[in-house]
Amino acid sequence: MAVPKSFNGFRRENGRVGIRNLVVILPLDDLSNAACEKVANNVKGTIALPHHYGRLQFGADLDLHFRTLIGTGRNPNVAAVIVIGIEPGWTGRIVDGIASTGKPVDGFALERNGEHKIVMEASRKAQELVQNASEQQREECPIKDLWVSVKCGESDTTSGLGSNPTVGNFIDKLDPLGITSCFGETSEITGAEENCKLRGATPEIGQKFHDTWQAYMDDVIEPHKTSDLSDSQPTKGNIEGGLTTIEEKAFGNLEKIGKKTSYIDVLEPGEEPARGAGLYFMDTSSAAAECVTLQAAAGFVVHLFPTGQGNVIGNPIEPVIKLTANPRTAREMGEHVDLDVSGILRREMNFDEAGDRLIDITMRTCNGRMTTAEALGHREFVMTKLYRSA
Amino acid sequence: MSAPHFVVHDKADSVGVIVVETVEANTEMSGWIMETDETITVTALDPIPIGHKVALSRIGNGDTILKYGHDIGKAVADIAVGNHVHTHNLKTKKW
Repeated sequence: MAVPKSFNGFRRENGRVGIRNLVVILPLDDLSNAACEKVANNVKGTIALPHHYGRLQFGADLDLHFRTLIGTGRNPNVAAVIVIGIEPGWTGRIVDGIASTGKPVDGFALERNGEHKIVMEASRKAQELVQNASEQQREECPIKDLWVSVKCGESDTTSGLGSNPTVGNFIDKLDPLGITSCFGETSEITGAEENCKLRGATPEIGQKFHDTWQAYMDDVIEPHKTSDLSDSQPTKGNIEGGLTTIEEKAFGNLEKIGKKTSYIDVLEPGEEPARGAGLYFMDTSSAAAECVTLQAAAGFVVHLFPTGQGNVIGNPIEPVIKLTANPRTAREMGEHVDLDVSGILRREMNFDEAGDRLIDITMRTCNGRMTTAEALGHREFVMTKLYRSA
Repeated sequence: MSAPHFVVHDKADSVGVIVVETVEANTEMSGWIMETDETITVTALDPIPIGHKVALSRIGNGDTILKYGHDIGKAVADIAVGNHVHTHNLKTKKW
């Protein structure tokens, strides 16, 4: 199959290209969720993103909170944003971070106003934004404008043998065409960390990955573990599916970055890539919703999610394409599966064909086809928290 | 090519993965080595669910087990060719 040269996306004010045209009602903090949900209920075609945090955070954890919310608003799948917070200071910081993309954004604070007044004002503004956004047209954009993230979940042994290498085939085919891509899951590289280090574009970048992995082991695993992690990593679902050890899971996981592609930099959680086209590693949790939320905040517009046992995840702003090589999952959970590659394990389909099918469904999704998760309303938006608030 | 009962990633691997939904004990199974595109035969000693591993060689207690051509942990029991390999006889070296 000839690899497509273009897709039809929404080009934003800063030149980036989105595949969806969302108007987001974004709470600064937990206290503002109710107002945001009221606005999203008043104005059809908008989406609220309630979450649990934003109060009394400090240091690196606060930086990550801002980076995640600002990045979510900046994502090119988002046409315009309303930010609502309890007070104007931090609300304004989110608004300013999004406004530098050039997209329409406005902020509202609840203190000294009350919720009724703010919901009315924000609803008027949201209506204007959504009606304007509805006039935006898709245009033909070169494939190099596509930003793709990858992460697997509820993996089993069919993931490492079938669905993950299918994603790897996709990356190996599209990386040379100049796409920007991202993998993560720091804990889940454990056992394959030396192999992953060798996949850095230079020894220095490989070492940067290894230092990130080692810091996670030293700062998170060692101080907090009680016995071992054999019930959490692999998960109960992984073990049910036949995965036994973290090493086995890690080598299967790494199949997602293909055989040829090297990563060109290592990103902080939610950090936007700054070195141009290529594959990036991001320091993330291996929990599906946390990882995809961070990748979306870094600006990735479409996500490839291989699953074995049948993870049902979606994301509110970054469409998630799920594929499986497990025939039972494809049969029993078909409403969650965008691509069935179980034919690989019956020797009916090779990786080249499976990779082409994944490229095809991804291009159709980028051109507007709804994913299974979008049709089912899966909008898992989960902020990563580094430590307890003050 | 007929559908295999199990798939092996690398020729050097000590385990393969069952890819059919039911394997009973004493089933004579055909396996596909992806790396070399060879077909091999192993008789299952245990019932093994889809996605779970079968031993392809005799593995002694304490031996390293290979999959993807890499170390995925150590045996914590003696394992015969055709045995089910999982948490009861394979442990991580990491956590």
